[in-house]
Amino acid sequence: MNIFMKWFHRLGSPPWFYNISGKLIPWFAVTTIITLVIGLYGGLVMAPADYQQGDSFRIIYVHVPAAWMSMFIYIIMAVAGAISLVWRMKMADVVLISSATIGASFTFIALVTGSLWGKPMWGTYWTWDARLTSELILLFLYFGVIALYNAVDDRQTASRAVAVLTLVGVVNIPIIHYSVVWWNTLHQGTTVARMDGPAMESSMLWPLLVMALSFKLYYGWVLLVKARAELLSREINNSWVRELVGSKANG
Amino acid sequence: MSVWSAFIQLIRRDLILALRRRAELANPILFFVMVIVLFPLGVGAEPNLLARMAPGIVWVSALLAALLSMDAIFRSDFEDGTLEQLLLSAQPLPVLILAKVSAHWLVTGLPLLVVAPLLAVFLGMSESALGALLISLALGTPVLSLIGTIGVALTVGLSRGGVILSLLVLPLYVPVLIFGASMVDAAATGLSFSGQMYILAAFLALALSLAPVAAASALRISLS
Repeated sequence: MNIFMKWFHRLGSPPWFYNISGKLIPWFAVTTIITLVIGLYGGLVMAPADYQQGDSFRIIYVHVPAAWMSMFIYIIMAVAGAISLVWRMKMADVVLISSATIGASFTFIALVTGSLWGKPMWGTYWTWDARLTSELILLFLYFGVIALYNAVDDRQTASRAVAVLTLVGVVNIPIIHYSVVWWNTLHQGTTVARMDGPAMESSMLWPLLVMALSFKLYYGWVLLVKARAELLSREINNSWVRELVGSKANG
Repeated sequence: MSVWSAFIQLIRRDLILALRRRAELANPILFFVMVIVLFPLGVGAEPNLLARMAPGIVWVSALLAALLSMDAIFRSDFEDGTLEQLLLSAQPLPVLILAKVSAHWLVTGLPLLVVAPLLAVFLGMSESALGALLISLALGTPVLSLIGTIGVALTVGLSRGGVILSLLVLPLYVPVLIFGASMVDAAATGLSFSGQMYILAAFLALALSLAPVAAASALRISLS
């Protein structure tokens, strides 16, 4: 058995995960805050104002990383769902369901910042732009996952049902996205401002990449915190949780 | 028993059961008609407006009617335990599910095709679009049934699965709605609609091959 498989198996063990995640959380927290400060300073202070959009373009430093995260997290969930269905790994279930609310929040942030940006740029809060529409549908997919998980009483069954749903969703996301793009170009033409126009100036680009990294680290941080809480409530009757609670109570 | 004969017998059984509850057969059609009647009442009876919106109205109504009838596909079988017997059967579950979807579509989807031309006339849709409407519904509603089956399989054990079912399934219906409605739209304005038709056919092929497998694993989870 090679090192990777060993690591993979140990990841499936709840006490080991609880232990290692407790050690990792401070690192994630510190690096998140450092990159966030650098990214925000770079984006809000150092980057020059856009020659067309003025200062209002600076919302991309939140909007674009949030939109990237919204898709990234769904893919993570689908991978976790596949692992959960194939290897019946408890930790994959925990990661999947802990990610769902974080992903929904990022999607919501991307939508809200997008519409706030749209008001000065396009003159309207909402337009049926292809990206906005498919982001909205992605939000509904997240809501579906959360609703299904909460509707099923047994957590084991709920996790596996949600894993199937996420996999069905991930097959559909590209189809939905390209359908919406196609629908949009048919119905209103390209009147809408496009992100993929001119290449970005590097002084504007680096804060964006730092912010994207910061959002990823933030996701790792919150995911570990949520996964630990979920793990404790699931494993409440297992001996390692009792020992942990006992040692906390004594010490 | 071969897979093929199991498939045929399950379809026959479901059709017989459906025909013995004839009153329920009319429900999706009535729903479809009534939703379409609501649109002129809501947006006004101006003929040009209605004719412009007709493809979308018919498609949205068909989608809602398909969704509403989905819940019944496993309901009675779940309640009397037949579904568990199907899971235990020696035949591959995806094939059995495909049989159930086929029977369900024949009972709930096909009637929509029969009344759709009548409703298109109600809305003043141009006659040249009728053929496209029928083809788009014939290709699209089976996809709706197949995707819906996954949702039902996930929610069949839940006491209040109905609302969750629509939350799970409606986002997945979006591509079918877009291409179905735009196919009819293109035909109504005299454009070629073969592109949309092929894409709907591709969706059908994809759904026929993947949805029964996904529904089978969802069903095994729900009934475990």
